Amino acid sequence: MSGQLMIEASGLEKSYGAVRVLDGVDLAVERGRVIALLGPNGAGKTTTVRILATLARADAGTARVAGFDVVTERRQVRRRISLTGQYAALDELQTGEENLRMMGRLSGLPGSAARRRAGELLEQFDLAEAGRRAVGTFSGGMRRRLDLAASLVGQPSVIFLDEPTTGLDPRSRQAVWQVVAGLATSGVTIFLTTQYLEEADRLADRITVLDGGRVVADGTSEALKRQVAGQRLDLVLADAPAFDEVARQLDGRGVQRDLKRLTIGVPTDGSAAQVRALLDEVDPARRAVARFAVHSATLDDVFLALTGHPTDRPSTDDNEHEHDKEPAGV
Amino acid sequence: MSELTASPTAVPRLSLRPRPLAALADAVTMSGRSLRMARRNVDVLLTSLLLPVLIMLLFVYLFGGAIETGTRYVTYVVPGVLLLSAGFGAASTAVSVTADMTGGIIDRFRSLDVAGASVLAGHVAASVVRNLASTVLVFGVAFAIGFRPSAGPLDWLAGAGILVLFIVAISWLSAAFGLLARSPEAAGGFTFLVMFLPYPSSAFVPIETMPGWLHGFAENQPVTPVIETLRGLLLGLPVGAGPAKAVAWCLAILVASVAVSGVLFRRRAA
Repeated sequence: MSGQLMIEASGLEKSYGAVRVLDGVDLAVERGRVIALLGPNGAGKTTTVRILATLARADAGTARVAGFDVVTERRQVRRRISLTGQYAALDELQTGEENLRMMGRLSGLPGSAARRRAGELLEQFDLAEAGRRAVGTFSGGMRRRLDLAASLVGQPSVIFLDEPTTGLDPRSRQAVWQVVAGLATSGVTIFLTTQYLEEADRLADRITVLDGGRVVADGTSEALKRQVAGQRLDLVLADAPAFDEVARQLDGRGVQRDLKRLTIGVPTDGSAAQVRALLDEVDPARRAVARFAVHSATLDDVFLALTGHPTDRPSTDDNEHEHDKEPAGV
Repeated sequence: MSELTASPTAVPRLSLRPRPLAALADAVTMSGRSLRMARRNVDVLLTSLLLPVLIMLLFVYLFGGAIETGTRYVTYVVPGVLLLSAGFGAASTAVSVTADMTGGIIDRFRSLDVAGASVLAGHVAASVVRNLASTVLVFGVAFAIGFRPSAGPLDWLAGAGILVLFIVAISWLSAAFGLLARSPEAAGGFTFLVMFLPYPSSAFVPIETMPGWLHGFAENQPVTPVIETLRGLLLGLPVGAGPAKAVAWCLAILVASVAVSGVLFRRRAA
């Protein structure tokens, strides 16, 4: 069965009012793969997920999920997918166990099977103790785990995760990554959106970069990284004249400049040889650079390399369906 | 994590259940959910149980002495208080519906193929149960302070039927309003509208004592025939065309609300 396409989309377009959110998106995901849709706020990630999950309708283009058309066969699609959005879809006044049982009943499981499934999932997600407490008392990380558990109650074959770790602390993020990685080995198809290059890198077999409603790059994480330098050398300059001098030396190669903080970022492969050479090149007198640090390339670096512009544009549509209720606390 | 395998044989709803049956089962699940949550929302629960009793005591002991209705005031006012509390309790449906629609949970319900009607029906069913509880409490306190109805078993049954129909209609109207509101706070405003409606009716004072320009509205608004019917049935008075009018109003509100909320749900969720 490998090679069978579980998600196919061609020419998806969607506008909200005058704002063009999707401008011809094509996707193809094979069974059992993990694909990450990477992009900044407003790139159209959430809109793409909502269209594929049958919750919104594209203005143009077609999409099939698990072999069924998302518009004309939406009930068949819904039977086979689950969606975990950016905000926990849980009832705070119900316990963890009650939430899962409810999802089980709504997935068509009889009462006893729903109870069994809820117990299994609580166990697997390390929530057996907490399962008897109201979700309102859960930490942010526990909520996200329960939310993921809830999305698995009906044993979907395609799982949509919309920014699964946004707003989580590093430890909870690790826990969610483990869960997703575990799911991936079980043969389900996972479609996740993220703003974090590192997350896409860790979890996905393939990364599709979305910008301004278009796919601007698509490939394995390695292939993408070959297009983009993997690391960034951050230089902290001694003073404003030194900043100007080094900026002039770099002549446009600096990806991030911050005159106030006197910092300039330069793409590099992170090797000692290249860093040394760069430092010698921009600061032959060894006075201008006060300190330096090497960081993994961020989404900004990827975007600058792929699109020629940074990510700090005003966000547009993805907020359309967002709510200002961030799960409180961690 | 290997237990999470999505082997096709384990998919529970691979074959589609017949739509109406699935919708009914989902509505039952949703009612259970709404009731559980209502029971645990202690502030709201206390308000919805105690406020009607307080309003009755307020009218009977503070205003009652100054109001001439031809009978003991407690006898006159109980049907009005029942309606007021039913309306108030039903209107809180709007708040729960808006909370669902603005939170992330509605997307999960929809991606589980739960029909909008099932979600709303769950809220309405829970509203009926909640309101019947507060109605029983009002009756209990009313008896304690001297309310003595003279209704026969059939009158009781008919009265209960009308009251339930009224609660269902107002609850569904509230649900429609809840679909329109952009925040639970805004939805709360609907409660005031519904609570205000019984005042310009025969609920608390006879319509004849109101200024002439108000008579037309007070006599013909939907709450009046429901109150008159309840009062007539409880006190063994002739009800005339009251029940027919009351049922017609309730059904009209219900049908319109169901139709409008169907459209609103589809539009809101698009």
